[in-house]
Amino acid sequence: MSLNTPSRLEKVLKQGNLAVTSECGPPRGSDPEAVTSKGALIKDHVDAVNITDNQTSMTRMSSLAACIHLKQMGIEPVLQMVTRDRNRIALQSDILGAASFDIHNMLCLSGDHQSFGDCAQGQNVHDLDSMQLIQTVRLMRDEGKFLGGDDIKRPPKMFVGAAANPFADPFEIRVPRLAKKVACGVEFIQTQCIYNLDKFELWMEGVRERGLEDKVFIMAGMTPMKSAGMAKFMKNRVPGMDVPDEIIDRLSGVPKDKQAQEGIDICVEAIERLRECKGVAGFHIMAIEWEEKVPEIVERSGLYPRPQV
Amino acid sequence: MIIADKKPIQEIIDQVSNYERILVLGCNECVTVCEAGGKKEVEILASVLRMHFLKEGQERKIDERTLERQCDHEYLEEIRDVIDQYDAVLSLACGVGVQFTAEKYLTTPVLPGVNTCFLGANEQRGMWTERCQACGECVLGKTAGICPISRCAKRVMNGPCGGSTNGKCEINSEVDCAWQLIIDRLKALGRMEDYEIVAPIKDWSTERAGGPRKVVREDVQV
Repeated sequence: MSLNTPSRLEKVLKQGNLAVTSECGPPRGSDPEAVTSKGALIKDHVDAVNITDNQTSMTRMSSLAACIHLKQMGIEPVLQMVTRDRNRIALQSDILGAASFDIHNMLCLSGDHQSFGDCAQGQNVHDLDSMQLIQTVRLMRDEGKFLGGDDIKRPPKMFVGAAANPFADPFEIRVPRLAKKVACGVEFIQTQCIYNLDKFELWMEGVRERGLEDKVFIMAGMTPMKSAGMAKFMKNRVPGMDVPDEIIDRLSGVPKDKQAQEGIDICVEAIERLRECKGVAGFHIMAIEWEEKVPEIVERSGLYPRPQV
Repeated sequence: MIIADKKPIQEIIDQVSNYERILVLGCNECVTVCEAGGKKEVEILASVLRMHFLKEGQERKIDERTLERQCDHEYLEEIRDVIDQYDAVLSLACGVGVQFTAEKYLTTPVLPGVNTCFLGANEQRGMWTERCQACGECVLGKTAGICPISRCAKRVMNGPCGGSTNGKCEINSEVDCAWQLIIDRLKALGRMEDYEIVAPIKDWSTERAGGPRKVVREDVQV
């Protein structure tokens, strides 16, 4: 097993374990407790924790600062970076900043459009796109070079991830798009939340046809539904989300006070099914503002205890 | 062509309210075609302003003129002999015309009468849509003739992003996803294999980022 970085996530995956990551959204304020308390809830049940980067374009504490808080409490962070807000100077600079704190995982994203957030009148940058950010960080790590060509002293040791949405349109390019990210040098993928398992498995079939699962670790994205209302919102209002009616019907079919538990059950059942899907290398459990449920999901899915690497 | 749109009338009134003698100056090029600043719009706007000031009990001199172009020295010279008769020019040309007029007539205030919007096409009567952001280094040959810089809300060079739904953009279900259009056209051209060519990091120095731009063509200089 050859490792490219000191990342624990890389090690867990390369040792053939099903990896488990989760996610924390930084607060809309400067209280570090808002990050560390979430981290403490999931610390022992995951291999690494993503910190989102101003998700849905709502201004929040910076991803890098929140990652440092987690790192200092012994949690391995995954630094999410979107290309919306920073040009190539700022992106490279933040990658070095993260590396200086020995943050070893990064997720390269384009980011939601700013019109969704609290600064709809702001500029967006998009100097690079997510694929070009993957190329940039690989160049910095593997060649020890800046985009401008100069050498980097102590290059960053980032295990490089990206997102994939098997459910966005057009479906036919969803596998080629993954192939493109692989060609750019991505090493792990965390997918969009999966509710339509059949469609996900169909996508994975296409992934396997091209042998992409041998070139990139694919972690299936899971978000438990808190209620039928949330499921309907995700179906109708969140771009690129595929929520089959049977999920909504199942949640609607139980009393309101039982819907959250039903949502957890659906999530656990999905993990149990998808862990059998060839090419799935782990699970990315995004329990949005519901981090306390992650341990239950991990334990009930048979993914606990986490391997010591 | 350059697409412009009318400014709210109150904004125009506020801009010109301090001036007694006003020349409303149209342009016979792009703004005429997009019906924002040609002879017809000059007539209408001048009439509206006259009526407004009359209603206020004020008589103002509001004249009309439409030049062939306001982005050309030759045509702008045509008003040199009358420019001193006015306290201000209200230009209905694009931002280029407004500035070129201002540069030529240093001591006359030149005010914009339209909002210059984008480089676009006449989609249908009364509807214009953006097609180009003048990045200075055209990539259309690689993107099946559809521009991801002007037509993708994130100017993603390797798209589509995860927000593409039913062929539409995540920002608005009435906006086409540029990358859906690119893929549809690659298919029509029988060039789907081109989709997997990774677009390299773009040199934006030929775009706005590089500062004010200039094209010098010695072969056509006199």
